[in-house]
Amino acid sequence: MLDQTEGYTTEDGRKIGGVVMEMRNITLRFGGVEAIKDISFDIREGEIRAIIGPNGAGKSSMLNVISGFYVPQEGQVFYKGAPRPPMKPYQVAQQGIARTFQNIALFEGMSVLDNVMTGRLTHMKTGLFSQSFWLGKAEKEETENREVAEKIIDFLEIQAIRKTPVSRLPYGLKKRVELARALAAEPSLLLLDEPMAGMNVEEKEDMSRFILDVNDEFGTTIALIEHDMGVVMDLSDRVVVMDYGKKIGDGTPSEVRGNQAVIDAYLGVAHD
Amino acid sequence: MPEQLAFTIEVFLNGLMAGVLYALVALGFVLIYKASGIFNFAQGVMALFAAMTLYGIMNGQVPFAHLINAIFGTEIHYFGWNVPALAAILLTIGVMILLAWMVQRFIFRYLVGQEPIILFMATIGLAYFLEGVGDLMWGSDIKTLDVGLPQGINETIDETTFGWFGYGFFIDNLDIVASIVAIILVAALVMFAQYTKQGRAMRAVADDHQAALSVGVSLNFIWILVWSLAGFVALVAGIMWGAKSGVQFSLSLIALKALPVLMLGGFTSIPGAIVGGLIIGVGEKLFEFLIGAPYLGGATENWFAYMLALLFLVFRPQGLFGEKIIERV
Repeated sequence: MLDQTEGYTTEDGRKIGGVVMEMRNITLRFGGVEAIKDISFDIREGEIRAIIGPNGAGKSSMLNVISGFYVPQEGQVFYKGAPRPPMKPYQVAQQGIARTFQNIALFEGMSVLDNVMTGRLTHMKTGLFSQSFWLGKAEKEETENREVAEKIIDFLEIQAIRKTPVSRLPYGLKKRVELARALAAEPSLLLLDEPMAGMNVEEKEDMSRFILDVNDEFGTTIALIEHDMGVVMDLSDRVVVMDYGKKIGDGTPSEVRGNQAVIDAYLGVAHD
Repeated sequence: MPEQLAFTIEVFLNGLMAGVLYALVALGFVLIYKASGIFNFAQGVMALFAAMTLYGIMNGQVPFAHLINAIFGTEIHYFGWNVPALAAILLTIGVMILLAWMVQRFIFRYLVGQEPIILFMATIGLAYFLEGVGDLMWGSDIKTLDVGLPQGINETIDETTFGWFGYGFFIDNLDIVASIVAIILVAALVMFAQYTKQGRAMRAVADDHQAALSVGVSLNFIWILVWSLAGFVALVAGIMWGAKSGVQFSLSLIALKALPVLMLGGFTSIPGAIVGGLIIGVGEKLFEFLIGAPYLGGATENWFAYMLALLFLVFRPQGLFGEKIIERV
């Protein structure tokens, strides 16, 4: 069993709790290609954990392992202290892990509100029968979940587009709606796959602010992948650095910055 | 010429009623196509199978009687009881749900992510398989399905219109009932999709599989649900057509009539299926009455719908309500 009690305090003074998710010796292969090679790291309650690395380092694969879209050939995933058996992505979602996608996967034909409401699906427990006939329980449940959805819509400042079909929104707003949908699930762990990819500076600042606010307001544990180094270093409490499927660094942003292997593989090559 | 006008109106109304029945079949196609991208060629056979099962249960037929008798040398055909229509309908719904589960469990679970043409071929296989199983279970003789729906000329309409035009319209009671049932069915389906948790999950799956998984929707469950709904719609269509023209093999061919309806209405639109069905129904009856019979020697009803569909394919391939086909390069 993992030690659930041990935590740490971040540089800005937030208390980080026990381990929510631990990846232990994960290896993922596609045919003969090893996308992830024997990687271990953990994600702790309340922290913002970043996974960085150059293109093709295996970051997205790692996120897909966490969210159940890929099943690793070797290694074990621990969630809330217990080993997690191989499961389908929807089961992982039902366990309280929500995610966004690099190339936005929203329900284009639905309104923003409907999209956010799908995020509440895991919280709606009434059966097919009472739902079909809209019995009291179903109605009460719908109202309650609607309130949560509206709260999140307010929080992310997308009230003005509540009823707009998602397909009509610009890219930056779509990203925000996707975050809202993931957040609506009130996840124990929120996975963000390149939340700022393809955004301009202003949009990036907005998104950074939202990510920090979400973490601050709801205490949501967040694991994110990001290319923009400046953003990652500002946002995250701890960083895992990957290169060619291997872990080459793990620590606070300042520790990672000083790590020679990381500088060689990633940071140093382009700039210094 | 008021008489000619009265005739035309009557033909128009009868066309509407026929259109409702076409729409009912098309609806089953749209449901499955939207949620899973599968064009279900077996929809017509499902309607036939549902009608046969309903007839069999109502009349206490022993399923697979011929098979059992052939193997064991027995002579059993009937249990000797009759099940009331409503109970039999509920039981048939159960059978259609079971069928939906089996279709998903034994066929489409293994074909996830395959090319549309492969999925389509699988449904052709399913159509022939189901046809065979239906015959084996309930026998291939022509059956008259009577669940107690009113039939025959509607006297009120006949008398009222006689008062107005001096000519009584012939509107079949069954057609009126079918229209009402179809309207209720469509309203219920739309409400289900819009306002329930499962409906929302259904729309989610129809829109984006990956995203649906990420919010905790089981694709498998939704697909079984959708096939069940399609089975239910097939049952309703089977009851109406079965009451109108008997339960027999040709019932499964109404699926072919649904094709032009879908091309008109668009494969992805429930309102499209309704409007498409009505246009085809009215169009073919009016065309036959005004142009076909007087000038073209009649029997235009057989090909009018397909010709209309062809025109649509040329000028508006996505149909009236379908999503616009955009190829991004």
